[in-house]
Amino acid sequence: MTRPKRIAGTIAHRGAILLYIIFALFPLYWLLKVSVTPNDLLYSEGVLLWPSRASIEHYLFVLEHSDFPRFFRNSVIVSGATAFIVTILASCAGYALSRFAFRGKYWIVALMLLTQMFPLVMLVAPIFKMLSPLGLTNSLTGLVIVYVAFNVPFATFLMQSFFDGIPKDLEEAAMIDGATRFRAFSQIILPLTLPGIAATLGFVFTAAWSELLFALMLISSAGVSTFPVGLLSFVSKFSVDFGQMMAAGVLALIPACLFFLFIQRYLVQGLTAGAVKG
Amino acid sequence: MASIDIAGIRKAYGPVPVLHGIDLSIHDGEFVVLVGPSGCGKTTLLRMIAGLEDISTGEIRIDGRRVNDLEPKDRDIAMVFQSYALYPHMTVAENMSYSLRLRRTARERIASAISGAASKLGLDALMARRPRALSGGQRQRVAMGRAIVRAPKAFLFDEPLSNLDARLREQMRGEIKKLHQSLGATSIYVTHDQIEAMTLADRIVAMNSGVVQQVGSPLDLYDRPANLFVAGFIGSPAMNMFDGTYRAGGPAIEVEGGYRIPLRRALQAADGTGITIGIRPEHIPVGAAGEGGIPAKVELVEPTGLGTILHVRPFGATLKAFTLSRDATAVGDTVAIRLPAEWLHLFDAQSGQRLS
Amino acid sequence: MTAVAHPAQLQRDQRRLLRRVALASEPWLYSSPALILIIAVMLVPLALGISYAFRDVRLLNPFSGGFVGLQHFEALAGDRNFTRALKNTLWWAGASVFFQFALGLILALLLDRPFRGRAIAQALVFLPWAVPSFLSGLNWAWLFNPVVGPLPHWLFALGLFDAPNNILSDPQNAMWGPIIANVWWGVPFFAITLLAALQAIPRDLYEAASIDGANAFQRFWSITLPFLAPTIAITILLRTVWISNFADLIIVMTNGGPADRTQIVASYIFTQAFRRLDFGYASAIALVLLLLLMAYSLLIVLLRQTMLRKA
Repeated sequence: MTRPKRIAGTIAHRGAILLYIIFALFPLYWLLKVSVTPNDLLYSEGVLLWPSRASIEHYLFVLEHSDFPRFFRNSVIVSGATAFIVTILASCAGYALSRFAFRGKYWIVALMLLTQMFPLVMLVAPIFKMLSPLGLTNSLTGLVIVYVAFNVPFATFLMQSFFDGIPKDLEEAAMIDGATRFRAFSQIILPLTLPGIAATLGFVFTAAWSELLFALMLISSAGVSTFPVGLLSFVSKFSVDFGQMMAAGVLALIPACLFFLFIQRYLVQGLTAGAVKG
Repeated sequence: MASIDIAGIRKAYGPVPVLHGIDLSIHDGEFVVLVGPSGCGKTTLLRMIAGLEDISTGEIRIDGRRVNDLEPKDRDIAMVFQSYALYPHMTVAENMSYSLRLRRTARERIASAISGAASKLGLDALMARRPRALSGGQRQRVAMGRAIVRAPKAFLFDEPLSNLDARLREQMRGEIKKLHQSLGATSIYVTHDQIEAMTLADRIVAMNSGVVQQVGSPLDLYDRPANLFVAGFIGSPAMNMFDGTYRAGGPAIEVEGGYRIPLRRALQAADGTGITIGIRPEHIPVGAAGEGGIPAKVELVEPTGLGTILHVRPFGATLKAFTLSRDATAVGDTVAIRLPAEWLHLFDAQSGQRLS
Repeated sequence: MTAVAHPAQLQRDQRRLLRRVALASEPWLYSSPALILIIAVMLVPLALGISYAFRDVRLLNPFSGGFVGLQHFEALAGDRNFTRALKNTLWWAGASVFFQFALGLILALLLDRPFRGRAIAQALVFLPWAVPSFLSGLNWAWLFNPVVGPLPHWLFALGLFDAPNNILSDPQNAMWGPIIANVWWGVPFFAITLLAALQAIPRDLYEAASIDGANAFQRFWSITLPFLAPTIAITILLRTVWISNFADLIIVMTNGGPADRTQIVASYIFTQAFRRLDFGYASAIALVLLLLLMAYSLLIVLLRQTMLRKA
């Protein structure tokens, strides 16, 4: 390829990437912008790219005068617990699917695939009716149980693909060296799938953090609301206080985005079933 | 150290049979090589001895003790894998000491065991490194060190040199042989490379399609191959093979073009039986045309430095002849070759078995 | 041969049986916690939900729960909202998947070759996926709101709008709001999946093709696409099904309005269940949706089988 052609190609490539980055970041940027626009300038400076005077009054309000910190805390508890439990369950199940060829494996895979396909809204009613006699509606525990079940299938597939990338020789060598299979699994294989574990934790945390429908359905009191529910009620209460709503939105974004930024590299790796060579 | 007895072993994966009845007795301290082409079942047999595969039928005894139902960790054997299977997140020292740490061995015993193995294998300077910082040959040695430290009843090797380049393979072959001489351990070694088999083995077990073809010392298999498979597999360059018919009146073998190769003794075969004749390249004397013998056209000349391989065509078949001299023979020349009866290997063309 | 089995033999057989059982149950031991949870929390409610479709279940009415046969389905057949929701679902899923796929593929192709800053660019461009879906909905709703958002004004300035209106209140075009939010949120998923598949293609194939004289487009057509085809097929299938079930954005941005113009089947189910608390009717709708989606999946799988057979 001739030099000018190559340079033009590179410029086009970088330009396209830049466009995507702008498209990806612009809405978030706008959220940030409105959240730091003081109330008096909100309507007059609606279209400007940055307010003439930035202020953190909305953040202060949200943090000090609303239930938001509680919503945030509840979400952290629920998402963290879900991510942790799912990772444990998915590691074991993913290991089983990766290493063993057994009758019923086909059925398990089919079952998990099936769960990804049907409308979860369909389960809203039955789950409500099942959990209410157990006293698990309107509780964080009930929510965690539901979220764990929903996320285990995909997490299992993710962990399985990571396990597939580790040669079976390693367990065999460990078992010949004197380890039981479980020891080989926990001492040798699991440490090597740290990227997979990170990816699963991050993915499940993000998924639980964003879940709306079941939180809406199962939680009715503000004391145990997770932030999606909290934010929505916030929105309806303060239907014109955009600045505060956006500040709440930005605050809600931070954990999910941070987590995701750390683990997205591993997700791509995991989906390619990255090989681990000794 | 221990003896290993394999009796009546059969293995099938579902409906597909892989091993059809293997019987083998390995003596204490012996170095036995299982050799054969890919898919012949040698690795399956090794893994069954290790406990990594189930035994469909038959029995395996290590040191007289039946091990069919024992876990690998209870069989007291060590294995060197083709891919080395070193634990990537542990250092060389940790890799080698893993089995001892599992058994809660005292720290001083671990340290002395590791340093002993390390000095034998020249690994002293590498103890703190991770596998990814090692070369292929070094990883191989760590894999062996891990096995030695166990002081097991037997060593199992699963094509350990296949991943190395030719030069390194030569070198490691020598080191494995020296190690065996110093440790005297019972060893079972699987390979598809017949040179490794010839140089390392006390006895070779040649396998094909799940059946043992021949068991014997390397020279046994070289000098008296039991069938066509062994004859063609052992030895490099490979044995020449061509077809002929047995003529009881002679006795002689008649080949294409009407040539008759006289035999010293009659064969235990009927007149007219199809015969496959084998003769090793180094056993075909080549002389100038007209010096007596069968005239042959030279089709190809391969100088190896050590000698020359001549591809000659006496009658229908092309034969390779190996001479230790630097021949000035050129392609297209005519030479005279002889097929001395004492170097002929005669096999029944149908069954492939050796004829006496 | 003795008629009585040798005691050592018996013991050996016992041990062998135990070992066999232990080995066979190992995979189940590892996978049972996950399986039990899935069965309890997803399959049992599924069965229950299917049964609700045939019963009268209202949350506020303690006397409900009786069997009503196909009553709900009869009502469904005549429910105009439902038919409209079906049409909207097609529109919603079709447009979302198309744009997500197209933009995701382009992004994946752009990220496939290494360049300085790729790691940062990749992280930034995948960020929308981390944003909780409903927050992305709210965010875009605000962007489209002429009071605080720039988009109506810019679209007006560009001449696409005749006035800086909120697209979400326009019955004709309201659907585009959630679709755009969905595309923004969903492109990273497609891009990540396709990128992973692209990176699995051996590089020497491209090199061989270049030597053979193929240009960039030809290489894409004859190497990239065939390798990518299975991944594309599965991903599109799964995402179409998933997006058809995805009600969050619609509920948050338009709540089905204006005048039910953006109501899709999934959000309609939610409205019936959550707002009107008519679990029976909601379950009936959900069952119909499930059957439709299963039929769709089966169709695609059959299509793929026939294509494979022809190849």
